[in-house]
Amino acid sequence: MIEAKNIDFYYGDFHALKNISMKMEAHTVTAFIGPSGCGKSTFLRLFNRMNDLIDATRLTGECRIDGADIYHKSVDVDELRKKVGMVFQKPNPFPKSVFENVAYGLRVGGMTDKNRIRQRVEAALTGAALWDEVKDKLKKSAFELSGGQQQRLCIARALAISPAILLMDEPASALDPVSTSKIEDLIHVLKKEYTLVIVTHNMQQAARVSDKTGFFMLGELVEFSDTKKMFLNPEKEETQNYLTGRFG
Amino acid sequence: MKPDLLRCKRKGFRLFAEALFTLSGTVTTVVILLIILFLFKEGAGLFRSNEVEKGYSLCVHASSPVERLSPAQIKQIFDYETEWIPFRLEDLFDRYSEEELGKDYALLPGKLGEEITKEPKLVAFVPTQYVPTGLPTVRVLPGSRIGWLRFFGGKEWMPTATPAPLFGVLPLLLGTLWVSLFAILIALPLGLGATVYLSELAGEKMRRLLKPAIELLAGIPSVVYGFFGLVVLVPFLQRTGGLPVGETALAGSLILAIMALPTIITVAEDAMRNTPKALREASLALGATRWQTIYRVVFPASVSGISAAIVLGIGRAVGETMAVLMVTGNAAVMPSSLLEPVRTIPATIAAELGEAPAGGAHYQALFMLGCILFLITLLISTAAEIISGKSFYNKKGI
Ligand SMILES: Nc1ncnc2c1ncn2[C@@H]1O[C@H](COP(=O)(O)OP(=O)(O)OP(=O)(O)O)[C@@H](O)[C@H]1O
Ligand SMILES: [Mg+2]
Repeated sequence: MIEAKNIDFYYGDFHALKNISMKMEAHTVTAFIGPSGCGKSTFLRLFNRMNDLIDATRLTGECRIDGADIYHKSVDVDELRKKVGMVFQKPNPFPKSVFENVAYGLRVGGMTDKNRIRQRVEAALTGAALWDEVKDKLKKSAFELSGGQQQRLCIARALAISPAILLMDEPASALDPVSTSKIEDLIHVLKKEYTLVIVTHNMQQAARVSDKTGFFMLGELVEFSDTKKMFLNPEKEETQNYLTGRFG
Repeated sequence: MKPDLLRCKRKGFRLFAEALFTLSGTVTTVVILLIILFLFKEGAGLFRSNEVEKGYSLCVHASSPVERLSPAQIKQIFDYETEWIPFRLEDLFDRYSEEELGKDYALLPGKLGEEITKEPKLVAFVPTQYVPTGLPTVRVLPGSRIGWLRFFGGKEWMPTATPAPLFGVLPLLLGTLWVSLFAILIALPLGLGATVYLSELAGEKMRRLLKPAIELLAGIPSVVYGFFGLVVLVPFLQRTGGLPVGETALAGSLILAIMALPTIITVAEDAMRNTPKALREASLALGATRWQTIYRVVFPASVSGISAAIVLGIGRAVGETMAVLMVTGNAAVMPSSLLEPVRTIPATIAAELGEAPAGGAHYQALFMLGCILFLITLLISTAAEIISGKSFYNKKGI
């Protein structure tokens, strides 16, 4: 279970997230929607502490995963990131082979047994619905795959180290409709084993894949409820306007 | 102004600008080509010069078995290291008065002939115009040209030796490579360490401070580095190492390392920082530590830039003149240890060109050294070009 309580986040003087609280249950899909620049990515990146990489940021509030404060001094960030995987907006495979891309997380995690690595890589690629397409190209450069395949490779790469949570920041925004629907199908399957949080600009996508949806605007969480409820009967007027495209 | 007039003017301006750029490009290229041509023309003249000094000949007794002498043999003879007796014009002046030699030394060849006839072991080194002619007892040794092999394979550089200078380029070439090699061995770990610190570990503020400072170091004139080396480094090495002289190959390597560092650091740091942020994030998001990310992702991705940095550093070391001239002690001997004086090609050119008579063999030899240096740096910059063009990202198009 992921739990954020009274989160405020600043880039320097810029107040990017304003007093956000939210709970996400295990084995659910939560979607974040909202206009560009409203802070969806910033909020998402809190949960694997990716924002730590940015200079001069400040965070107040509480961020818990399964009850443990992930910003506590004693937390090993590398270990946290092994539990909380991330898929980025643009496919970002390493300049390595398909196989090595998926094996990367295992290797940096200290796994050396070749057989086990091979099994895990195959399982991850299967889990990402990519195995059949790449099983003959494992030694090829990852850049030889199509954009959609590259993105599924990135998902496989994240799955290989068996995270509990998978954060996805607009995972399909750079892809064609066919690849997009493949990723959406995948999300439905992954939900059984993982807790998923997905940022998307595509309203239909949010409606199709998510159990709960959070609507952000200008750094605030305007509304957070069951996806069905939000799309059929939003509580707030801003949400209504945004969903019907009458925003701004 | 009417629109088409305006267009006309614009077109005229464009043509003018194009012509200007083409012209300056052409002029630069032609000038550079001419310089290279000049370098090689003057240098190649060396192999058309005789081994014996210009305008002089070697004469021996007709019965002498001496056929052809190499410059090294000639040097030995004139250093009295053989049974042969060297004889110079001065020796003739010691034995005969001016009257005896006649007006305008008209009788000189005759007297020389007598001397040679008297002593079969004599090897006389005299201006060609005074060589006695028509004497059956006197034989003039055939002069041979300076050979490629003698030049590139010679182990002795004595360009001012008479009668025959020794132009063996090996000690200089090896001196250059020796000093540069150790300079790079010193500069590499330091440079890469500093690069990793600057690009990965230092905070934004620190980097903003350090990067320009390091770039500034690259702009300090080499004579200043040389001066520093001479007054600080050389005495220090002499004292701590207990050396007879502090001006050694090691001093040269250290100074060159210091001078190559800014180049290496700046270029390599750029390469590492240019590693796409997305790759770093991908690695960190998989739970890799900062170090794992550096050596598994950042290094491989920036390897071409880092190699280019190293090669550029080597290039700087190989071509550097002034500082090395000041601290290496300038002994043209085959380098055998780091703690002895050596001499590099650029230092030799700088030190000797002033005293080499224009057009002479020595002068041509120095130009030949210039050609060698040119070829070495050409090789290095080509290597840098190839390596940096081979970037993964260029090839794979991201
Ligand atoms: N590294 C940063 N430094 C400073 N400000 C930043 C940084 N990253 C984001 N911001 C600012 O924080 C705000 C939220 O950014 P964020 O990327 O979270 O938006 P987003 O909702 O994901 O937008 P999009 O839909 O366009 O991806 C924006 O106003 C942005 O300008
Ligand atoms: Mg975003």
